[in-house]
Amino acid sequence: MSFMKRHETLERHSLLLTVGILVVVAIGGLVEIAPLFYLENTIEKVQGMRPYTPLELKGRNIYIREGCYTCHSQMVRPLRDEVERYGHYSLAAESMYDHPFQWGSKRTGPDLARVGNKYSDEWHLDHLIDPRSVVPDSIMPPYAFLVEKKLKFDGIEDDLKALRLAGVPYTDDMIANAKADLVVQASPNTDYDAEDALVARYEAIAERKGTLKISDYDRNPAEITEMDALIAYLQMTGTLVDFSTYEANDLNNRR
Amino acid sequence: MSSHVTPTEKPGWGFSIGTVSLLVGAVALGALVIAANAADPMMAAHAWLFFFLTVGGLLVTGLWAGARNGRNPFDPAFYEDTIVKFGVAASMFWGIAGFLVGLIIALQLSFPGLFYFPELGWTNFGRLRPLHTSAVIFAFGGNVLIATSFYVVQRTCRTRLAGGMWPWFVFWGYNLFIVIAGTGYLLGVTQSKEYAEPEWYADLWLTIVWVAYLLVFLGTLWKRKEPHIYVANWFYLSFIVTIAMLHIVNNLSIPVTLTGSKSYQLFGGVQDALTQWWYGHNAVGFFLTTGFLAIMYYFIPKKVNRPVYSYRLSIVHFWSLIFIYIWAGPHHLHYTALPQWAQTLGMVFSIMLWMPSWGGMINGVMTLSGAWDKLRTDPVVRMMIVALAFYGMSTFEGPLMSVRAVNSLSHYTEWGIAHVHSGSMGWVGFISFGALYCLTPWLWKRKALFSTALVEWHFWLATLGILFYIVAMYVAGITEGFMWRAYNEFGFLEYSFIETVKAKHIMYIIRVTGGALYLIGALIMAYNLVRTALGHGEARDAEAVPAQGPAQSPALQPAE
Amino acid sequence: MYTTLSSFAQTWGLGLFIMMFLVALVYALWPANSETFRKAAHQPLVDKDPLDD
Repeated sequence: MSFMKRHETLERHSLLLTVGILVVVAIGGLVEIAPLFYLENTIEKVQGMRPYTPLELKGRNIYIREGCYTCHSQMVRPLRDEVERYGHYSLAAESMYDHPFQWGSKRTGPDLARVGNKYSDEWHLDHLIDPRSVVPDSIMPPYAFLVEKKLKFDGIEDDLKALRLAGVPYTDDMIANAKADLVVQASPNTDYDAEDALVARYEAIAERKGTLKISDYDRNPAEITEMDALIAYLQMTGTLVDFSTYEANDLNNRR
Repeated sequence: MSSHVTPTEKPGWGFSIGTVSLLVGAVALGALVIAANAADPMMAAHAWLFFFLTVGGLLVTGLWAGARNGRNPFDPAFYEDTIVKFGVAASMFWGIAGFLVGLIIALQLSFPGLFYFPELGWTNFGRLRPLHTSAVIFAFGGNVLIATSFYVVQRTCRTRLAGGMWPWFVFWGYNLFIVIAGTGYLLGVTQSKEYAEPEWYADLWLTIVWVAYLLVFLGTLWKRKEPHIYVANWFYLSFIVTIAMLHIVNNLSIPVTLTGSKSYQLFGGVQDALTQWWYGHNAVGFFLTTGFLAIMYYFIPKKVNRPVYSYRLSIVHFWSLIFIYIWAGPHHLHYTALPQWAQTLGMVFSIMLWMPSWGGMINGVMTLSGAWDKLRTDPVVRMMIVALAFYGMSTFEGPLMSVRAVNSLSHYTEWGIAHVHSGSMGWVGFISFGALYCLTPWLWKRKALFSTALVEWHFWLATLGILFYIVAMYVAGITEGFMWRAYNEFGFLEYSFIETVKAKHIMYIIRVTGGALYLIGALIMAYNLVRTALGHGEARDAEAVPAQGPAQSPALQPAE
Repeated sequence: MYTTLSSFAQTWGLGLFIMMFLVALVYALWPANSETFRKAAHQPLVDKDPLDD
């Protein structure tokens, strides 16, 4: 009997300890993270941001799958040398549709936040197949196998739907046409109406012209490969925001 | 003593076996359904893996339980030590695997022409690097923590582990998670959040395992015979509770389909980044720090046979550490798009963190006062004290690197790699090695390790290896940091990026040497531990000497 | 909302933190606890089986 009684007080000690730990560790996180979920002040007002097209999204998923983030950051800091080396410093708005974010933590290779449109498709193709053929001292792994792998996009609508659930503004129209959009972005000059429809769909959200590139990225018109998707993604990173209309000193953009 | 409890006294020891089997059976069934309908080959592979391993587990459990002949395998008169033995073996295995993968990726960066294979995309750095980090942190470190926590909580509560079969579920379930995670990286299944790469289904499985772990641990505390909960258990408990919270929040994601491997993070952009580094930083704090501090608070006093230097200090250490640690995460995001106030908050708390860290280190080191000669005579004690020295070093360096001005130089460079490796190889590695060197003779009832000389070899090879590694990476990091921001006389950037890569080549090769030495040390250790368990060399004649731990009962040997 | 929350984080969050730390400090230094702590510190050094008294 006396043992049972003691037993109860002992349980109270360990539960108290557990609850104490939980309270202490939860407060820090809540206080720091909660405010950031009230977006208006965290994310700048910019022109040009739009969700990824299906092809770019697929490419981004390959970027994630291959662990590119382990060596390449996507976050230009507001430091003189970085701005001169990579371009305008990164804005929070530029990763607002990124689930997950790809800021990275290590630059074994250069930052890629603004690599889009810096090199030609051919350069990317050669570089990804054999990095040392274009940069002799490179230590990057070769990605030749991407050229061989046909891109699988049967369930692309589900990808867009999942992202819409997470808050990315994909429209019904974009979801319904996801497969066609994906195909046409890698197959230029095959169906002009479909091209126009794709551009119109995404530029309506971007409120800016010229954020969409249609190209046979891997120079193989016969099929759409994983290489097409990856280069399509690389060629648009950091190109969306119109910095000619961005007001860095606007009070709403100061943080 | 052992007549104290007969198999029929409680409502059946088979109860926990039944409940575990029920859960595992349900998972096997679910895996089969998913395997039959898998949306992608990766999910199919994993669902089949889940199915066969869980069914295999059920079969083995059934055969094992049938062979008990009505004898209670969870006899409360004895400690559950077999599971700790399994944990020691698993830790050693995963440790070597993780160090080996680390060596391979170091070689890839040093000799890209030799160690990349264009046709074997899954062996590329990007897929192996998460394999390395997860293998050393979660497979090696995690198994060390589970094994030591099960050992320590039983000894300090003076009661057998709670839950009967459930601790076994925790052990095997956790290792199944490791296998799923590791094979996933090779197959290209990742959500790309550093140290939280496994996809949604692996995360769900780990959540179940972790809740079971928490309940086993709490259940053991609840039936303890000691009035006070020993401080090591506080650290273990904070590790278990906090990791549960961090894991759940950081892995909130939306699966594309329930039969596919891909998911999208619920949070995006800045929110996702802050959540990730709140997780990433505190995984270091509560997995790699408080968990291993628990090891320090039990194994150092036990090994040198002296109480901890100041128990009061250990309490202040505990609360201040967990108070402050949780706030410091944003220092990973200096100069990024994260709001400035959050960055500053992170920096201030990181600097404050220096105090409790050093308080804990001093508490551990001073436990030796009056027995300093052990540093010379006992390489295992020396290993644990050197671990504390590395802990002190990296917890001094951490706050320094969290200062914005320093961070602008160190971030994204090899300096960060040096920092995490002095912490992981020096602190986590050495304190774990120390614990494993203690546990093996205690568990297998040997009077000593097979060879003290081999421990010396391990100690010196590993220490030299760490020094090679971190010095090379400091030099490489500071070099590239300054090269990135160097300007020539015309006001242009002096170096192209590739020139900074080229400049690190020699340092990369020195790092390979350091990593190889560390791996060789671990191989020597594994050999030493196996021979110790077998009772060879200096470990012979255990019966003559009452070893530490509950040595008396021969009944423990054949138990489960 | 953001301003309210972030200013809370920068003022009351810190105050709360200091309060909790003081509670832990008082617990650790409370004279009546010293005997408990002394016993607790020696606890790992005693080897006993689960059912020993």
